Amino acid sequence: MSYVATMARINPAEVERIADLARLELAPDEVERMTAELEAILGYVAALEQLDTTGVEPTLFARLVATPMRDDVAAPPLDPEAAVANAPERSGSAFVVPKVLEEDES
Amino acid sequence: MAGDRFATAVALRADLDAGRVSSLTLVEAALARAEAAAGLGAFVHLQPERAHADAIESDQRRARGDLRSPLDGIPVAIKDLMVQLGEPCTCASRILEGFVAPYQGTAAAKLREAGAVIVGRTNMDEFAMGSSNEHSIYGVARNPWDPARTPGGSSGGSAAAVAAGIVPIAFGSDTGGSIRQPASHCGVVGMKPSYGRVSRYGLVAFASSLDQIGPFARTASDCALALAAIAGHDAADSTSLPEAVPDYAAALNGDVSGLVIGLPREYFAEGADPAVVECVREAVAELERAGAKTREVSLPHTSYAIATYYLIATAEASSNLARYDGVRFGRRAQARTLGEMYRRTRSEGFGAEVKRRILLGTYVLSAGYYDAYYRKAMQVRTLLRRDFEEAFRGCDLIATPTAPEVAFRIGEKTADPLKMYLSDIYTVSANLAGIPGLSLPCGFVNGLPVGLQLLGRALDEATLLRVADAYQRRTSWHEQHPTPSWERPT
Repeated sequence: MSYVATMARINPAEVERIADLARLELAPDEVERMTAELEAILGYVAALEQLDTTGVEPTLFARLVATPMRDDVAAPPLDPEAAVANAPERSGSAFVVPKVLEEDES
Repeated sequence: MAGDRFATAVALRADLDAGRVSSLTLVEAALARAEAAAGLGAFVHLQPERAHADAIESDQRRARGDLRSPLDGIPVAIKDLMVQLGEPCTCASRILEGFVAPYQGTAAAKLREAGAVIVGRTNMDEFAMGSSNEHSIYGVARNPWDPARTPGGSSGGSAAAVAAGIVPIAFGSDTGGSIRQPASHCGVVGMKPSYGRVSRYGLVAFASSLDQIGPFARTASDCALALAAIAGHDAADSTSLPEAVPDYAAALNGDVSGLVIGLPREYFAEGADPAVVECVREAVAELERAGAKTREVSLPHTSYAIATYYLIATAEASSNLARYDGVRFGRRAQARTLGEMYRRTRSEGFGAEVKRRILLGTYVLSAGYYDAYYRKAMQVRTLLRRDFEEAFRGCDLIATPTAPEVAFRIGEKTADPLKMYLSDIYTVSANLAGIPGLSLPCGFVNGLPVGLQLLGRALDEATLLRVADAYQRRTSWHEQHPTPSWERPT
């Protein structure tokens, strides 16, 4: 049994769906251009389908050694003032963001 | 002397030790050359105040006889994605405009510990995504050998800064060739160390399983000093390796006799400019005259490397770049709601190439495509890794062209992303396999430098440096320099 779904062609609706997942907004001409470019790239990488990789272990890291243990010693963290110093908007040592929930105009 | 812009770090150290020049003079000269070379676009930020203070401290240490390393007092540059406490770090991206690093990256910390003086930050493709340094908010960097051509990328600024004689040593990062390809195009030495040899703490992440910091220099011996300064285990990076760092400078004994150099038939088969291949073959012949042996080897999955690389690198990038959301640092677009703020911030902040890779990476990780693309690529990565393991059973190192051609013209490949990606055809495999790679100048085609790539066993940087140094003892390509036509009086 093969788990491999076929590599698919991409269309503008798919590009918009992916852009949404990636939190990107694309203008209509960008959608068109990205669709063509991604189509070309996906066409190129489809060559991998020719290879039988049944039973081949995936490599996530080229050289993954067991994560070395270290002593659990308390150390000073990044100073909160330094941590928020680059924030576009802050309140004390907190990051300020716009409203999380969409609201109706009232 | 400070007057010789192409003096090596080794020569400058002798001048410093003999009292012929001070670190402050060297640093001021480097800063002046960087200013005068503004048209090259090699630097995006200079840090004269910090550099002056560091140089004065180095001169005081030298007067006390309290030197930290062979690089003490030597001016160096770092790529604009290496974090340095209290200095900007933008990755040549709009989304990080105004960011000032609140912590010290390990490479910058180690360079300071070594006494090296960081004079500035170099240009690059945005988030290290590119092979030409054309995707930068600061504009293109130019090739010192022909300013109408790119220096290669993504570490184009670092390569250009060293080639132009602004600094003897600079640092960059290599995810798929971003040190070696620009080193090749600019006629300097550039090394990507083994994965894990150098800490990535404070290296802004592009593809975490592939990224590695490494040096540019004009000679292998300077490259050895520069690597020694940054290599080693770091508790802050769990992927950094615990193995002891060898004495790289001591490995440079000029002797290559008996070493077996593998020539992968797939890298010499087709696709490369025949004039480039001719230079590389002649360089290998020179190493044979020095006593090395050669044999043909095979890396049978080579033709799948670029596809594998672009699937893995973009998948990792789409995840790593999720952090740029306008909340904690960098640029934020105004919006009424959080979701709108994320979208606008990211859409305005990232350039086209970065968006393209985020989209590709998001696609290959998305439900329904993960197995077909991402898992498949990780399996082929295993095959590519095994290719090298098998090849290294029969040879001590591998020699190939670094790039299929000499430096290309600015604008030549920007319209076709896939064509640009193929610039990395000979370099990406080393990142996928985690092995070290080095490019060194081995000739010219139409007045433009050609690079010889040496690939080694994991953690065997010393052999690559030894062979590169032996080659440079017998040849003079590295002593040829571009005419500083880019300089204007300041």
